[in-house]
Amino acid sequence: WVGRGGGAGGGNDIQWCFSQVKGAVDDDVAEADIISTVEFNHSGELLATGDKGGRVVIFQQEQENKIQSHSRGEYNVYSTFQSHEPEFDYLKSLEIEEKINKIRWLPQKNAAQFLLSTNDKTIKLWKISERDKRPEGYNLKEEDGRYRDPTTVTTLRVPVFRPMDLMVEASPRRIFANAHTYHINSISINSDYETYLSADDLRINLWHLEITDRSFNIVDIKPANMEELTEVITAAEFHPNSCNTFVYSSSKGTIRLCDMRASALCDRHSKLFEEPEDPSNRSFFSEIISSISDVKFSHSGRYMMTRDYLSVKIWDLNMENRPVETYQVHEYLRSKLCSLYENDCIFDKFECCWNGSDSVVMTGSYNNFFRMFDRNTKRDITLEASRENNKPRTVLKPRKVCASGKRKKDEISVDSLDFNKKILHTAWHPKENIIAVATTNNLYIFQDKVN
Amino acid sequence: MSQKQEEENPAEETGEEKQDTQEKEGILPERAEEAKLKAKYPSLGQKPGGSDFLMKRLQKGQKYFDSGDYNMAKAKMKNKQLPSAGPDKNLVTGDHIPTPQDLPQRKSSLVTSKLAG
Repeated sequence: WVGRGGGAGGGNDIQWCFSQVKGAVDDDVAEADIISTVEFNHSGELLATGDKGGRVVIFQQEQENKIQSHSRGEYNVYSTFQSHEPEFDYLKSLEIEEKINKIRWLPQKNAAQFLLSTNDKTIKLWKISERDKRPEGYNLKEEDGRYRDPTTVTTLRVPVFRPMDLMVEASPRRIFANAHTYHINSISINSDYETYLSADDLRINLWHLEITDRSFNIVDIKPANMEELTEVITAAEFHPNSCNTFVYSSSKGTIRLCDMRASALCDRHSKLFEEPEDPSNRSFFSEIISSISDVKFSHSGRYMMTRDYLSVKIWDLNMENRPVETYQVHEYLRSKLCSLYENDCIFDKFECCWNGSDSVVMTGSYNNFFRMFDRNTKRDITLEASRENNKPRTVLKPRKVCASGKRKKDEISVDSLDFNKKILHTAWHPKENIIAVATTNNLYIFQDKVN
Repeated sequence: MSQKQEEENPAEETGEEKQDTQEKEGILPERAEEAKLKAKYPSLGQKPGGSDFLMKRLQKGQKYFDSGDYNMAKAKMKNKQLPSAGPDKNLVTGDHIPTPQDLPQRKSSLVTSKLAG
């Protein structure tokens, strides 16, 4: 980091620099432009975003210019398409938003790229393929596709492929519909690369990527009497290496690990991760702020990270009774919970992510701030995604929020924070120190300083 | 009763409450916040968090329409305006009768994202 004391960081400290920003500059944000998900693919070459308008935009990293290696390649638009459209279920009187809740990439198997995108009800498998040549010289067709009058054909020729301008096409290959009564919050591809899970508030289903007319229900927490409902599923993910293992988090702050070998219906967990709470500390807000908004396995598969309203917790899969590490994201908000409840901010769902080596974790906050925690050095940093003072290759200045008392120069007081500027979605390149940070309607890309 | 209290003392707490809050603030900011909230909304459920939020979450997107209710209301008001939406369009209660004006216009889905611009 740029060290707190102002001194140069140690050899391992990362200095983050602004690289690019995508999206409109104006403050008047159309609802459709609100970014709802950000995800790098497995190589990091592609970066996908989904928005409230149901659109997906994919950026591709340009090939590194070996001669001028000031920075790693920039991300430019590769493909964009309308993934989901708004729908109305007349039978249930239900309005179905086209907002893309999650995008997950499949590992690349051939020339084409595949991703899953989902809204509240329907998951789609998209194929993104490149076309850089086209056949020319047909016998029976004109170049524009019209059929020639067969009587005018006097010679025979073999059509040949000629180069053309690169065209990137996205086509929906599978549509996985009608399996969720409630709203889908997560999708996760299994390490077998053949199946995936989708989770809604009360159920989790297992699909095969090739089969759209059937899915298996593997978790069902719907009570017989809905008035007995006390918790919902908030996120779910497959283990990165064990194809039989997945976890799901709840609105009560618990995480359940399930093993699909144990039974067809994994209603009984194999492990239950829960941090005991001191009952004397309990308040009206306790349950709400303990609700887990995101759960992510480490790349190693040894740990998982959860995000609740105020903190990020790292759990060792071998220890269920408490997390091994807890990082406070914005503890100063604890004394603002009343107003955060009134303006609904307390229900904001922040995501979190690991870096490629699992040594640093990142999550967003308000005022377009985002936070990183280094698990080894135990140092943390707050940075801001803003167009001001952001020139490429200038190092970002750390931010500090003053919780109370005398505000120092360059600090910002809690009451000055803009709660409409939330960073809910962030992503870390799987191999390099490149991060994608989504503000309401802009996508920022930051890289570490390359000397 | 509580409403009246709010009007009379919009920004003040009673003496006892104030002392209590100060004590609690020293110990637990969360509890102080809870006291603030309960002071503003005394009818807020005893159950912390709980099924109210969950049910609201599960019902997201629900837009009930009863054509019988709608036509009855229309018939009653045949010389006046059509029943209107009311302030909270998302209210899922029997009182609110959705109208065709309520339904969002089907959006044009072919506008390219500004991220790609």
